[in-house]
Amino acid sequence: MLWITCPFCGERPVNEFRFGGELPHVPDSITDPEARNIDYVWMYDNVRGVTTERWFHAAGCRRWLTLRRDTITDTVVA
Amino acid sequence: MNEFVETLLDLEWHEPQRSYDVVIIGGGGHGLATAYYLATRHGMSSVAVIEADYIGSGNTGRNTTIIRANYGIPESVRFYQHSLELYSTLEEETGFPIMHSTKGLIWLAHTEAALRAERARALMNQACGAGTVMIGPDEVAELCPQLDLTGGGRYPVLGASYHPGAATARHDRVVWAYAQGAMRRGVDVLPHLPVTALLRDGGRVTGVQTADGPISAGVVLSAVGGNVTTVGAMADLRLPIRTHPLQALVTNQYSQGFGPIVSDSELLCYVSQTARGQMLMGAEFDSQPSYSRASSFEFLQSVAAKMTHLLPFLRDLRVLRTWAGICDISPDYSPIMGFTGVDGLLITTGWGTWGFKAIPAGGEAMAQMIATGTPPPLIAPFALDRFARDHAMADQGSAGTR
Repeated sequence: MLWITCPFCGERPVNEFRFGGELPHVPDSITDPEARNIDYVWMYDNVRGVTTERWFHAAGCRRWLTLRRDTITDTVVA
Repeated sequence: MNEFVETLLDLEWHEPQRSYDVVIIGGGGHGLATAYYLATRHGMSSVAVIEADYIGSGNTGRNTTIIRANYGIPESVRFYQHSLELYSTLEEETGFPIMHSTKGLIWLAHTEAALRAERARALMNQACGAGTVMIGPDEVAELCPQLDLTGGGRYPVLGASYHPGAATARHDRVVWAYAQGAMRRGVDVLPHLPVTALLRDGGRVTGVQTADGPISAGVVLSAVGGNVTTVGAMADLRLPIRTHPLQALVTNQYSQGFGPIVSDSELLCYVSQTARGQMLMGAEFDSQPSYSRASSFEFLQSVAAKMTHLLPFLRDLRVLRTWAGICDISPDYSPIMGFTGVDGLLITTGWGTWGFKAIPAGGEAMAQMIATGTPPPLIAPFALDRFARDHAMADQGSAGTR
């Protein structure tokens, strides 16, 4: 199981957290403002590898943290 | 199932040619079904299906094989009902035994709110031609005597919606049925051949680059499951897809018959019995996206806790195997089929945890779309541009997952 180190509570199991999604990233190649909005709302990088994302410590301190995680192995990257 | 099983089947393998009218990336159910219907319904046989591993090695060979049409929005009900009907005649049509078995599905409700949701869904299903009816606890007990109607004291069964048309079929046999039917009509199926890039001429996709060199194509269809973001990126195509692992398990043999499929959207789990007598179970997918096919003890613990409340006999069984597939989940829990906005590249994706039941209808519709250049009405609402147009086909409740 994935263990996440919360900066406030220390190392806690993943089921205490709520996944908050990858950090939104609209590619620079999209220039039209409307297309950028659509991309921001709907599209995902869905990175295969190391990604940066937000998590909410729902069953703990109830604060948000930012995490770097390898999606190939589903492990936290320091 | 092992990677050499293809050599035991009566399939005619071919060497890759340098050019085809249609190249399909992904030799799973959707890719092979599309090739089969292109060959049978539209007389197109200059078709190649390119698969990175063995055919059916992705989610087609990893799902829990449930075929049902009790969805929550009219467009989905019509689509899946058509698929359910195609499945029921697939064995006759292809002459290949797929072990199709109509079992009926009981979708349990434990609260008044869930009962109302099931009643609304049953009425909507009937209006769209899928036979779903409401049943009370007595009828549930008749259909599935093993169920504890008190739910272990915690999850009382107040009623259920019953979908008599629901069925199961042997998943890898479905793959082989379509592969054999397509290959006999001249389609080339090319396993163990990873696609490394898409060939492009200006903005247009003109073929694929493989480990064995380039293959040019009039049309490229991505029927990939689990890695569609990678394929899309090869054509600078952005997709509204997140990839989550979904786990499943089977127990050892339960010696008595277990007739129906039992599903529960409040507990988010489902169970059926395989032809070998094993109890096959699944639940919701992992909360965080990942490409890991690792199984977890937490999944076993969570499914076992829920399932033994409903079906106490499961306590005496042992977990035999557990595995995972990686699923491309769309934001509205409906599939994405059709044009991509990139010339020469079509897509069938977003099959999340609900792709197996859609194989015949999805393949038939994509074949028609490739042959005619227009999406058939059955799949037109599921186009990729629906998100930009603000026409999301939200149907999370019917996915039986979260």
